[in-house]
Formats: sequence, structure tokens, C-alpha cells
Amino acid sequence: MSETSERLPAGVERRSIEGRSRLATRGEPVYGEPTADGWRTWDPNRSKLGAMIELGMDHGLVGDETVLYLGAAAGTTVSHVADFAGPTYAVEFAARPARDLLSAAETRDRLIPLLKDARRPETYGHVVEADVDAIIQDVATRGQAAVAVRNARFLAPDGRLLLAVKARSEDVTDAPAAVFERTLDRLRDRYEIRETERLDPYHEDHLGVIATLR
Amino acid sequence: MSEDTDATNGPDGGWFDGLDPEDDDAAAAIIEGRAETPRGWPTLAVDSGFADDTDDYYDRLRAAATRATRRTVRERERADDRQLIHAVRAMDDCERTANEVAERATEWAGAIFDTAPTGVDGARDVAAREPNEAAERRAVSLATRAVDLADERDELSAYIERTAPSVAPNLSAMAGPELAARLIALAGGLEPLAKKPSGTVQVLGAEDALFAHLAGRAPSPKHGVIYTHDFVRNTRPADRGSAARAFAGKLTLAARVDHYSGELRAELHEDLRERIATIRARADSERADTEGVSADE
Ligand SMILES: C[S@@+](CC[C@H](N)C(=O)[O-])C[C@H]1O[C@@H](n2cnc3c(N)ncnc32)[C@H](O)[C@@H]1O
Repeated sequence: MSETSERLPAGVERRSIEGRSRLATRGEPVYGEPTADGWRTWDPNRSKLGAMIELGMDHGLVGDETVLYLGAAAGTTVSHVADFAGPTYAVEFAARPARDLLSAAETRDRLIPLLKDARRPETYGHVVEADVDAIIQDVATRGQAAVAVRNARFLAPDGRLLLAVKARSEDVTDAPAAVFERTLDRLRDRYEIRETERLDPYHEDHLGVIATLR
Repeated sequence: MSEDTDATNGPDGGWFDGLDPEDDDAAAAIIEGRAETPRGWPTLAVDSGFADDTDDYYDRLRAAATRATRRTVRERERADDRQLIHAVRAMDDCERTANEVAERATEWAGAIFDTAPTGVDGARDVAAREPNEAAERRAVSLATRAVDLADERDELSAYIERTAPSVAPNLSAMAGPELAARLIALAGGLEPLAKKPSGTVQVLGAEDALFAHLAGRAPSPKHGVIYTHDFVRNTRPADRGSAARAFAGKLTLAARVDHYSGELRAELHEDLRERIATIRARADSERADTEGVSADE
């Protein structure tokens, strides 16, 4: 696991789009992102997972895996994930963005939209399969660590949690570093933290976390 | 993986359990089903004959999940701010009543069982007891009502957290779902809230204080229910008035965008953060001047 060269999942490439080399996946555009030859730009400024990959974090994604994505919103990031991964369960609890998520899912035959509350995994435990290869979480609401802990039941023993923590969602006034410490502590109930990195300059006051089950 | 591979029935089975793939309403199974523990559903579905192979399984699952999501989205969009108003008022009623009944029940139980804890937690202890005679039965039963009310309060709170973001996305993102719901309830709806001047929004929920002020008995209130938000509460007292004014101004804009367009507008939230940061920085630099501390954020 000590590659120094960049490891991109199969299905994610650096392509020259509009004269710049950019992360890209193959699929129908979703949010007006620039495209070239069927490849769509994966903008790290708009995607925490994109930023984690761009920053060289050890995401462990290889392509074709089964993914549980928590906080899918309108599908910006999860559409890229579905472009390179296998079955991708996309959980979002707000109706408005879910409407756009449905459009993103139209051309992606393994993107499974679920209008569910990620704090209540028992409401989708009958749908999402056991032993997914990765849980990707970007919910940006208070209690982010608790959500990851509760959803640990879905993760395969050798699977990974790829988590973006937004400091302001926990406490708008406390220093982000203190918020991150508390969040990591809570995560340690179920996970072993493998790597953390601030997602600046792409996302201010966000921490990228990679963890495995303990 | 799990030990038994036959598809189970009952509450902890897969969404496809007992479904006829051709006839039954698979979307309803996705919406209403439940299982604490996930299992290897694709394999189980193939083994039980629901799907021909895992590809077929995922095709069916995606079709059902898409239909379920579309159906729920439509339903939610129809549910409007009225439900939110009822929910937030009911939540407050449940909380107040739960506490009141719990006090009474635990006081009574204290006289019978000589136990001490009071409040809703105390009521939970009492409710778990086995009553032996008539008075005990009444006290335990009363404690059970208090616990039920407290649980209902939590359910209402979860409902508000889920619903407010679709009724008022910007207001919820800015104030948090509960405060957003309270503001909507105090104004009597999203539309009336959107039409109020920001000075009114600032003191919503402080009607009593405002009335006292108008009657010449008190200073004018600087903030109403928005005081509960970190932006105001965690700002030093000297700056709370400006923080409340800035916050109310942006909340008013957020309510207007929610009412008239419903689109999430990121720049609205950025602006507010900058305003609050400026107000805080003022305090920090004054503190730094006197203590030599530097603020990081
Ligand atoms: C920052 S946005 C996600 C953006 C998205 N991950 C992307 O990059 O395209 C956070 C989303 O999480 C959703 N969310 C927050 N709490 C949730 C919960 N408990 N269950 C499901 N979704 C939740 C919000 O409604 C919002 O759409």
C-alpha cells in the first residue's frame, strides 16, 4: 500500500479536457461539467471524493466495486462513482435533490437511488446488501461520525470508509481542528483510522478520512 | 456471510421476500420494509428464485428503487409547510407534557417504591417496574404515558429534520431544520415568513418582550427564537445585536428564495459566514490586543 505513483480506479483517468489535464470518468454529463470524447470532468472543487483522489489519499478504489454512498444529494459525486464502480447504492434523505439524483440515475444502470435517512440504516437494511467494498459518506449534517458508525454494518471486513467531515456541520463556532478530533474519536468506536487529510484548497474546513473496520 | 442461505420471511428479510416479481408492488416493499442486519441479498434473491442471476437482480432492484424514490419525492413535495407547523407545535407540546407528567409520576412512584430519580429518565425506570396493587398500577401506567410522550417528541423531531429541508432548503441549511421550522411556525407559514421585514424576523418568538417594550416597560428585544442558534448565542454579548441583525437579514433572504424559487443558493450562506466571521474577528482582535492571543479560523 505504499505506492508513490498515483493509483486511480479503473474507469477513472486523467484526460485532457478544455486544454487541461483533469480527472474524468465516462458517462453522460450531470451538472454541466466539461466533457471530451465521452469523458466527463470530475471537478475536485465540487466533489469531496474527487478532492480526496486529487490529493493522493489512499482510497483503495480499484473499479467495479460495490459501494454504499451516503448523502448523494443531486448526484454530482455519486454519478462519477457509478461510472467506474459496480452496484452503487445512493442514499439521500431530502426530496428536492433526490429529484435530480433520479435524472442522474437514468443513464446509469447500476446506480440505485434510495430516499432514506442515513441515521436509520434499519430502513434500508432490507435493500442494501452486506459486505460492500466501500462506504463513501458526505452528509454534512451534525452527527457525521454517528452516521458512519451506524452504517458500519454494511461494510465488508476488508472494505473501506471514505468519509468527508465538514467541521461547520458539527459546530459553526468551534475551531475545525477540535471538531475533527472529536469526530475521529467517535469513529474509533467501530473504525481504525488509516489516513486523514484536510481537503483544502478544494473544500475549506473539511477533513478527508480513510478508515477500515476494527 | 450469514450462516443460513435460505431467504427469510418476516421483518428481517430482503425487500424481495414474498414478492411476485411480475405482479406485486416492489416499490412499496422498498419504502416500507425493514431489516436491522443486511445480508447477501443478491445471492439470496437468486437462490430463492426471485431473480435469474445477479444481473437480473440488480435490474429489478434498480427499477423498484427508482419507482419508490420517485413516488416518495412526489409525496414529499406535496407535503407543505402546514405539516411542519403542526409538527413543531406538537413537538413542543409533547416535550412540555412529557416533563410535567414525568414529574407527577416519579413523585408518586417515589412515595410507593422509595426511588429517587425524577424527570423523563426517572419515568423510564418507573415504567419498567412490575406493579403489584392498584396504586402501583396507576403510577407505573402514568410513567408509561410520560415515556410515550417523550418518544413521540423524538419522532416528531426526526420528522422535522427530514421534512424541513424539502420545504425550505435554504432556510434549513442556514438555521438548521428545527429553527427553520420554528420560524415558519411563528410566522404562520413559509409565505408569510418570506414577506416579513428582517427586523420582524429578528424578534419572532420574542412577542412578549416586544409587547412589554411597546408598553414602555422594557428595552426593545434584540433577538427572538434565532437566539438559539450558535451564530447568535456563541457571539459575545456585546456583539449579539449585530450578529442577530445580520443573521435575521440572511434568514429573510433565504426564506424568500425558498418561497419564490426553492433552489439552494450557496452564495447566500457564504455571505452570512463572512458577516459573522467579521463580527467575531472584531471580538478576537480586541481580545488579542489585550491578551496577545491570535485567532485561527
Ligand atoms: C454536502 S451534500 C452532498 C454532496 C454530494 N455528496 C456530492 O458530492 O455530490 C450533503 C447531502 O447529504 C444529505 N444528508 C444529510 N443528512 C442526511 C441523512 N441523515 N441521510 C441522508 N442524507 C443526508 C443532505 O440532504 C445533502 O443533500
